[in-house]
Amino acid sequence: MTTLESPRQLPPIVPFDTRPASAFASRWWIYALLTVGLLAMMGPFLWMLLGSLKTQRELLQVPPTWLPENPTTANYTRLFDRLDFPRYFWNSTLIAVMITLSNLVFCSMMGYALAKLRFFGRDKLLLLVLGTMLIPGSVTLVPLFVLMSKLGLVDNIFAVILPAAAGPVGVFLMRQFMLSIPDELLEAGRVDGASEFFLFRKVVIPLSAPALAALAILTFLPAWNALLWPLVVLTSEENFTLPVALAIFARGQFAADYGLLMAGAVVLVVPVIVLFLLLQRHFIQSQAMSGIKG
Amino acid sequence: MSESATGADQVVPPRTTWLRLRPHVTGWMFALPFVVVFAVFLAIPIVASFVLSFTNFGIANIQDWFSADVIGIDNYTQLFDDEKFLKAARNTAVFVLFGVPLTIVLGLVAAVGVNQALGRVVALFRVGYYLPVVTSIVAIAVVWRYLLAPETGLINLALDVVGIPGPNWLGQRSTALGSIVALGVWRNLGFDMVIFLAALQGINPTLYEAARVDGANAWHIFRRITVPLLRPAILFLTVITTAGYLQLFEEPFVMTGGGPLDSTLSVSMYVYQQGFSFLNLGYASAVAYALFVAIIVLAAIQFRLLRSDDTA
Repeated sequence: MTTLESPRQLPPIVPFDTRPASAFASRWWIYALLTVGLLAMMGPFLWMLLGSLKTQRELLQVPPTWLPENPTTANYTRLFDRLDFPRYFWNSTLIAVMITLSNLVFCSMMGYALAKLRFFGRDKLLLLVLGTMLIPGSVTLVPLFVLMSKLGLVDNIFAVILPAAAGPVGVFLMRQFMLSIPDELLEAGRVDGASEFFLFRKVVIPLSAPALAALAILTFLPAWNALLWPLVVLTSEENFTLPVALAIFARGQFAADYGLLMAGAVVLVVPVIVLFLLLQRHFIQSQAMSGIKG
Repeated sequence: MSESATGADQVVPPRTTWLRLRPHVTGWMFALPFVVVFAVFLAIPIVASFVLSFTNFGIANIQDWFSADVIGIDNYTQLFDDEKFLKAARNTAVFVLFGVPLTIVLGLVAAVGVNQALGRVVALFRVGYYLPVVTSIVAIAVVWRYLLAPETGLINLALDVVGIPGPNWLGQRSTALGSIVALGVWRNLGFDMVIFLAALQGINPTLYEAARVDGANAWHIFRRITVPLLRPAILFLTVITTAGYLQLFEEPFVMTGGGPLDSTLSVSMYVYQQGFSFLNLGYASAVAYALFVAIIVLAAIQFRLLRSDDTA
């Protein structure tokens, strides 16, 4: 487990380096390579944005145009007027927000119990939770579907929310963080007669803000991007999330309608990119803290 | 019910018992909401899947679970004769075998490069390289399918300029799986870079100074100081990248649908196909468990191999 914990802390980014300017000049080739790499990594996103503003005719033109000749928002208009994208956007938001909130509550409570309370069966519970972390999602796919049909939840957004409402990764993250909260602080409160719930609300939660931020990102991201399970369990169009709708359009009637699909992709990606740019440090740290891919 | 005070004293457990029990009750109260979700939607399905894998559970049994027949290990023996499964296993193995080293090496190269860079551009590189990691695979697929399109795609048009006829990347068997590997590497290397960057910044700079004073060149320093000190990060990334890549699903699902001619079909996709297209839920569970075993075995082997290097 030590290897899982090792990459936890990122040193702060130093905005201005103190190394001499000559070092900058002698390393021009590193910058050249990094820039080529950056182009390969970010180019597709730029191409997506530009493509979403072009007409179908311009998209299929050879040689291609770089900037749109006649920039048009027609693709976006089609998404929001003729197709039901506002609905998908709302579904995606609702699902991702509910999953994030429930994870914040459930995982922090469980993390607190595992880190700071002593109760019967605690260590076995911890092992059980950790033991499930390597199990592939495809193992639970079939029984979950059987369970949801029995519960009558197929084609209901709660079928997407409930299984993601709390996860072992979040518990592990919260527990690891809460272990660092000094016991003396809690003991002092207990001596003064504070209940565990009070201590949790007024002491532990405020102190755990960085871990909660990481957990929020870590659960929102996969919830927003989730494809497989929503695709299996949501069957009618009015319940689709953005990724499900876009994936189905991309394989069906709109398969060659690149402009429409790229506009859809922009709508799907922009909220994440905005969040990412706002919370950049938290994002990267959250991934490093959990050690599990989002 | 006795109304007398002495009677009540006998019913209520002695104060000391309650004091002894209280921490356990409190602990379980905090644990309970998570435990319920965990049990119903993760632990029980994991066990159920194992049980299902020994039955011929099909769509007909979905309302009456116990009407399925127990068929022992037939599902598992069938795997070895199932050419489609073997193909999916081979494709997944190729994806892991090429994808994992490429992702780790390129992630390391990017991290070393970014670590050398100075000033504000560092943040730009970090964000830029990390962007694909946080992006929905569906959005990635839309733009990459357009980039890889045989006639109008930017990549083939660029190849045309240099006089190389570009292939139909996703449409022919010889290049489809390679394209999926490339996409997987492109999508995940930012994650490895971030982990390596954190590890690199934890290396004591005096080690480099000392080596330079001793006349070591850049390659030697990298090979003899940086790489050995990065071993924990390399182990960590190897294990979780392998576990993640063995579950390959999204890339081929959105890019090729497993085609052409199953050349990009992965094991996880096969679970999905068997479960939700052919409705062989029992057999699908057996495939999923076979994958689970592969993940555990490989993780154990990697721990052994990379750990033992420490003492060598």
